[in-house]
Amino acid sequence: MALATEWTRAVVAGASPRAAGLRRRLRRARELPLLPLTILVPFVLIAVFAGVIAPYDPTEPIPGAKIFEPPFWMPGANPDALLGTDFQGRDVLSRLIFGARVSLIVGVTGTIVAGSIGTTLGILAGYLGGWVDQVIMRVTDAWLALPALVFAIFLATMVGPSMWNIVIILGAVYWTRYARVIRGEVLSLREREFIKLAEIAGASRLRVIRRHVLPNVLNSAMVLASLTIGVVIIAEASLSFLGVGVPPPEPAWGSMLADGRSMLMVGDWWLTVFPGLGIMMVVLATQLFGDWLRVRLDPQLRNL
Amino acid sequence: MASFVIRRTLYAVVTLLILSLTIFTVVRLTGDPVTLMAEPGARAEDLDRIRVEWGLDRPLPVQYLSFLKNIATGELGNSFNYEMPVSTLYFQRLPNSLELALAATLISFVIGIPAGMISAVKVNTPWDSAGKVIALFGLAVPGFWLGLVMILVFSVWLGWLPTSGQGGWQNLIMPAVALGWYFAASLLRLTRSSMLEVMGSEYIKLARLKGLPGYVVVALHAFKNALIPVLTLAGVNLVVMINAAVIIEVIFAWPGIGRLLYEGIFQRDFPLVQGVVMEAGIMIVVVNLMIDILYAYIDPRIRLTK
Repeated sequence: MALATEWTRAVVAGASPRAAGLRRRLRRARELPLLPLTILVPFVLIAVFAGVIAPYDPTEPIPGAKIFEPPFWMPGANPDALLGTDFQGRDVLSRLIFGARVSLIVGVTGTIVAGSIGTTLGILAGYLGGWVDQVIMRVTDAWLALPALVFAIFLATMVGPSMWNIVIILGAVYWTRYARVIRGEVLSLREREFIKLAEIAGASRLRVIRRHVLPNVLNSAMVLASLTIGVVIIAEASLSFLGVGVPPPEPAWGSMLADGRSMLMVGDWWLTVFPGLGIMMVVLATQLFGDWLRVRLDPQLRNL
Repeated sequence: MASFVIRRTLYAVVTLLILSLTIFTVVRLTGDPVTLMAEPGARAEDLDRIRVEWGLDRPLPVQYLSFLKNIATGELGNSFNYEMPVSTLYFQRLPNSLELALAATLISFVIGIPAGMISAVKVNTPWDSAGKVIALFGLAVPGFWLGLVMILVFSVWLGWLPTSGQGGWQNLIMPAVALGWYFAASLLRLTRSSMLEVMGSEYIKLARLKGLPGYVVVALHAFKNALIPVLTLAGVNLVVMINAAVIIEVIFAWPGIGRLLYEGIFQRDFPLVQGVVMEAGIMIVVVNLMIDILYAYIDPRIRLTK
């Protein structure tokens, strides 16, 4: 009995079994995923230090440069614009560098918004059950009924384009997956001993959620987040491509693709190939990183 | 069975009600949809005229009820620019979107299912790794960028295929690959995991114990059962492709539903945008409901649990 009380106290104090696991497992992760990190680390550095690295202002034409100049190794190139210029004579390289920043900001913050909404609603639905669960899950179903991109296009059209609007819109579209997965986890968590004991010991619902439920679903939320970033980056590029995303003259990879489209027909391939390669490499790296994280943190999620 | 069908149908109706409420709210979220429709700098009288014409001067609950009525009658309101019911426009474009979506489904089958099967049968071999690489690229390469690169290579450089428009199979092949690409990857993943699950089951072990050759076990016993979830996903994918091919249809000037939505955005035709989105939601919810009921019909375990 005394032992049981001791345990109860420890549990109520917040030492739930899987909570400490996250840190321990990350520490044990000696074999870091090299391929994704060799892409992601430079990407983040480029995005953060865009202002220092970029040779030109991405929104202004290079003084004296012509429009649609090819990259440096092609005939007729301008040695001042390494990767050529776009339809306004702006430096493609500088726009790519600042575009990385837009992708990073929208990808990360959009994922955080989606993850926060989805995790919160998933926990509330799973833990409180009853009508709260019904309402949240019916809304989730309804929002999942629309193809994510169509929903995002619709919201962006109605709310109007700006980078932060896009972040909120993508967060509002992509939270549903978190809500589903987290709710499922909480449902089984709710039946576990340490949660029951915490409840019996008189911990309030809020306390149980904060100290016992949340730490135990964070693993899954992080795995989902790592896999969502790529999706969000592609969604932002899609919206920007359609002209309802990050508004010009701000350089986003999606709008650069749209700008380059008219010159595709005459074979000016660099305006199309470079931004697309950027998107592809970053999404590839986040996916690989997400897969690595999934195996590290939660083998149960392997089939997600 | 009857109670299952009734319950599921009620869920679907609730889902559509929430969806309609969401769409209705979003359109009015930024204040006044009239400012979205009118030309910039329109005079106040013009705004008022539009407001009365579209019933936007009425109280919100009344507006919502008339929105619901438009959904119930199947007309989804009138397009601002085309001056005809959105549903008419939607169903005019539907055959084109269906054509593209079917072609894309075919592409995703041809790539996804064999690759997924090979990955599962040769699990943890270089074949499996190759399958994983395909699946990864399917997720990481945006379909619309693939479309642009294909235009560059096959139309501009090689001159083999037309860049856009609708016509023979030559027009269809690039948009179908660009659209089906992502879905091929998802089919690959599902075929692989579904095959792996079936291959580990008792009856496959029995088939092997009976001494049947490996390819017979795979082709006749495992594949048939592994196919059920794969075909379900393909069904859901088809409906999504019909409604969500916006960028691909824009790039290839394909006159489908996605392009209709795009035109609606740029002509500030908010009844059209709202109607197309609602119609897409209805179509997807109805197809999901039909799949659920079909499943319950085939497999009694589904209708008995929950």
